[in-house]
This record gives sequence, structure tokens and C-alpha cells, in this order.
Amino acid sequence: MTKRIITCTLLVLAMASCAFGAAFKIGGTGPLTGGAAIYGMAAMRGAQIAVDEINAMNAGITFELRYEDDTHDAEKAVNAYNALKDWGMQVSLGSVTSKPCEATAAENFADRIFALTPSASSAAVTEGKDNVFQMCFVDPNQGSASAQYIADKKLAKKVAVIWKNDDVYSKGIRDTFVEKAPGLGLEVVSETTFADGNDNDFSVQLTDAKEKGAELVFLPMYYQPASLILAQAQQMGYAPKWFGVDGMDGILTMEGFDKSLAEGVILLTPFNADAKDEKTVKFVAEYQKRFNEIPNQFAADGYDCVYAYCQALTQAKATPDMDAEAICAKMIEQFTTMTLNGVTGENVKWAKNGEVTKDPKGMVIKNGAYVGLD
Amino acid sequence: MIFLNYFISGISLGSIYAIIALGYTMVYGIAKMLNFAHGDVIMVGAYVCFYAVARYELNPFIGLVLAMIVCTFLGIIIERFAYKPLRQAPSLAVLITAIGVSYLLQNTALLLWSSNPKVFPSIIGRGAFKLFDGELSISHITALTIIACLVIMAVLTLFINKTRLGKAMRACSEDKGAAQLMGINVNATISLTFAIGSGLAAIAGALLCSAYPTLMPTTGALPGIKAFTAAVFGGIGSIPGAFLGGLMLGVIEIFAKAYISSQLSDAVVFAMLIVVLLVKPAGLLGRQTQEKV
Repeated sequence: MTKRIITCTLLVLAMASCAFGAAFKIGGTGPLTGGAAIYGMAAMRGAQIAVDEINAMNAGITFELRYEDDTHDAEKAVNAYNALKDWGMQVSLGSVTSKPCEATAAENFADRIFALTPSASSAAVTEGKDNVFQMCFVDPNQGSASAQYIADKKLAKKVAVIWKNDDVYSKGIRDTFVEKAPGLGLEVVSETTFADGNDNDFSVQLTDAKEKGAELVFLPMYYQPASLILAQAQQMGYAPKWFGVDGMDGILTMEGFDKSLAEGVILLTPFNADAKDEKTVKFVAEYQKRFNEIPNQFAADGYDCVYAYCQALTQAKATPDMDAEAICAKMIEQFTTMTLNGVTGENVKWAKNGEVTKDPKGMVIKNGAYVGLD
Repeated sequence: MIFLNYFISGISLGSIYAIIALGYTMVYGIAKMLNFAHGDVIMVGAYVCFYAVARYELNPFIGLVLAMIVCTFLGIIIERFAYKPLRQAPSLAVLITAIGVSYLLQNTALLLWSSNPKVFPSIIGRGAFKLFDGELSISHITALTIIACLVIMAVLTLFINKTRLGKAMRACSEDKGAAQLMGINVNATISLTFAIGSGLAAIAGALLCSAYPTLMPTTGALPGIKAFTAAVFGGIGSIPGAFLGGLMLGVIEIFAKAYISSQLSDAVVFAMLIVVLLVKPAGLLGRQTQEKV
């Protein structure tokens, strides 16, 4: 009897969802638990806010969002992806982190389900797949964007680069930076490296930069070695401009870090929670109200992904009764031609290979907090 | 002047290697085993000191003493449970156990203190002595590290050569079996060696993290390997050798970075090690012992 009641209820529910079910099913995987959970939770929460906003707008398009946990593990991500496929996912948010996303992107490609990942930044995610797109910069693009930014804002002519030569992230950014710099009138006067095991002492790298008259030191690395570099430069009495990339984000929250060391450090990230434009203010306020914290870049990426879908699906006149493959074809067409204005950048465009171009935002650290430069 | 500046950088880096190498070489000299967990005991010492100073706002030297006490007990516990049962086992088994202990400590630290890097507050501030109108600067922490090295060296040498316990240690180092027959408690002597070595690790930890102030569960591992290299360079088992080896390794590393290539510095350092070992297989100050048959 109970069984029958459940079946009946399910049937009614199913009919109900058919009747009012003009909702596109968006699915994504990400680390919702474990060490990388802050990234997954942020992306999911950002996406959820966007979904709720769009659904409340009554603009003729509604979404249903479902996130599955992949604990930053490629194998679990594929299982999570399959669960979403069974649920009837029509468009996908890929995975939040790079390694799992490389695995799910292959599935997306094989199943012809369109994917737009908020934050998986490795080049392998989109490589050779016509229906996988990124919302965040692909790693190497940060290098060329940084060079462009330094040249555009006339921050310096002579630049030093210190990079970590056993880290693909650091090397990828350095390669494109050094390649792009000469064409923009930037002179790389000093280029030095470090690696695991000799990442304590930076006196040689800093002396080299100082002697060769670098006005700006570019640091494509994570914040931990960067904090040592800043401290040792201060001891030496060397005070150039410092320029970092998204790996620098986090330096201010290191326990015990003397924030005055990072005063004036410029970093390029796509999202700035202090920005005063209407969209960002609204998003940050809503996020703070719901989760009691300032949204990071991942939350903003998740938020923009849903709005990108909203725009693309509306323009393509797609309807929720279309199957994933039909939507996929329309999405490829839309994403390679449309322009999005989101919280992670204005004039967001995508190339055919799925990589994004947008105007990155400069941030500077002032009085121990991030402040927008523009 | 730049040359001198690089030289001083090399000495600062080398003095850190030297102070870690002292612990390695002392344990090896007496117990004849490579304690690969030494670097991780250093990390534990640094964390204890960090929490004492940064969280509970104790005086840095009280923090240091606290770290020494904790590390000494940790050393005794490790020795009791991981190495003592293997006293009769082949040295390879002990070596593998030491690596196991090293991972155990790292992962326990990961659970207890998370992987987020912490910034260590220097135990004596970040000042420096300025010479030649500020052209040259020697940081206080480098000076303190070198003084600490020299004091530790002197105390250890006196202890080993002048006291009864030291005599027992030398006896164990030469021949465990004969020492036992002479009425020396070999087990207790080796435990004492570990206790002292681990106490030294706490000092090394506080100095390492004062000089290079990020603290993570893996902080001790790589400097530990470098310091081991330094100990081999200077002649493992020799206390002055560890000091000399540490300083030389630091200077070579900085010069290689500065004048050859920052990408190849480690390759140059280890190439030098190979050359030294080819010419003097026992290391710079190591004693060649003749096996009597």
C-alpha cells in the first residue's frame, strides 16, 4: 500500500514537473567535501544564486540546478557526472577543479552534452573538444594578460620575473608572459627560478632583479613562496612594484602574515568583490546575506556561468523539451559568437577552442585589503 | 660588494643547514643510523614554538624551551616504539622505518595543524647588522644561528669527550657488543642520543623558521635532506664536519645560483658532492676507519 502511495506521489510529481517543467536542467560536479571544498562550495553557491535570481525574474526561462560531490577526484567526478546524466542533465557546468574536469570533459564530449566549467583552468580541459568551454582564464593566458596589463597601465618598462621551474602553473604563465612582453615594449631584464628544495632563500633572485634595475617584479606563483620573497626584499631594502596572478590570492589570510609586507602588491584576478558596479555589488550583497562570507573568484565564476547559459539559451530560442544533443549544437553556435557582461569581466568572449577572453581586473593591496585598481 | 653579499647569503643559508646537520651527524655518529625523521622533528619543534609564541604570546625563549622539551620527549617516544624493537635488525630495515616515521609525523601534522602555511614570528626580530654604510647586511638571525652552531658544537664535543655518558656513547659507537660486555647500558645510551638529537632539532626548527618564516607540515622535509647532504659532505659522524659541510653547501648553492644558473643550482651542488666523495670518500672531515679482519 505504502509502495502504491509512493508511486502515485511520484507520478503526480512527475506530471507536475512536466506541466510546469519549463526548466532547463543544469548539472555540475565539484568538491563539496574534503580539502578543496572551499572551491566547490563557492562555485555551487554562486551558481545557485544566479539560478534563483533568473527563476524569480519570470523572463520565460527557468533553471533547475543540481551539484554532485566529486571530492576533487577524477574517478568520483565521472560517477557524479553519470548520476547527473541519469537525472536528465541538459547542459553541464563541467567540474570545478582541473583534474576532475579533464575526466568529465571527455564524457561531455562523448555524450554531446555541452559544458561550461566555472573554474577548471588547465588547457587540457578544453583541448580537442568542441563543446567544452571555460569561464575562467586558461593558465597560460594569465601570462599574456599580465604583460598586457602592465604595458597598458604603464606600470614599468624593466621587468624581472621569478618563477618556479618545477611547477606547470608557474611555467605556463611565465612562458606566455616572456613571449608577449617584448612586443609590448616591456624589457625582461632579469629572469630567475627556484624549485622545491631551494625555495627558502631568494637573495640571489632579488639581488639580480635589483642590480639590473627592474622596476617591477612579476611573481607567477602561489602565495607561500611569494610571502618569503616579499619579506626578504624588505630586509634587503628593495622595493619594486610587485605583480602577481590569481595564485597570490590568499596571501592576506595566511596566519601570522605581516600584511604591511604586501602593501602595494598588484594582482590580476578576474573578480573583485570590492568593485562598485551594480552587478557585483548586488551579487556580493546577496552572497554575504546567504552565506555570511565574501564571495571569491570561484563563486563569481559559477554565477557568471549560469547567466551565460541564460543568455545563450534565450538567444538560441532553446526550449526545455529539447534533448541535450540538440541544445549542445545550439550552444556551440551561441558561445562562439556571443558576448557576455558578467561579474568576472566585461566583454567576455569565447574562442572556438573553448578558451575565454575577457578584460581582467587589477587589484592592489592597500591597508591589508584588496582594492580594485580601475 | 655583490660578491660579498652573495657570500653572506650563502653563510646564512649554510648556517641553517649546519644546525640541522649537527643533529643528523650526532645521531649517526653514535647510533650508526640515519634518522630521516630528523627533519620532521624539526617541523614539530617549529610548530610548538609557533603556537607558544603566536597563539599564547609567550616569550620566544620560553617557546623555544617548550619546543625542546616536547621534541626531546617525541624523540624518546619515536626511539622507543620505532627504532628500539629493530636494534638487532639489518640497518636497511631501520632506514625504512625512519622514512615511515617521517611520513607519520608529516601526516599527523597535516591532520593537527592543516596544510595552510603559517608565518612564523622571528624569535629575535628581523633586524640586521649594517656594514659599509649599509652595503652589506648580516641579519641578526644569521648571527644567532652561527653562534648557536658554535655553542652546540662546543658543548657536544665537551660532552662526548669529557663526561662518563659521553664516554659510554663513544664506546657504543665503536663496538656495541664490547660496550655491553663492559657494563654499559647500550639501549639507554642510544635512547639518550636520540633525546639530545631531538632537542637540537627543536632549536634548529625555531632558527630555520625564523630565517625563512613559512611553516607547513612539509617544512622540515627538504631542508632535512639538504642538511643530510651537508653532513655527508663534511664527513658524517664528525661534528665539526657537519658545521663546515653545512656552511660550504650554503655558499656553493648561492654561488651556483648567482654565477651559473638559478635553474641548475641543485645540480651544481650535488655534482660538487660527488666530486668530494670521489676524492675523499669519508667526506671532508670524516675519519676513514679501517675494517680489521
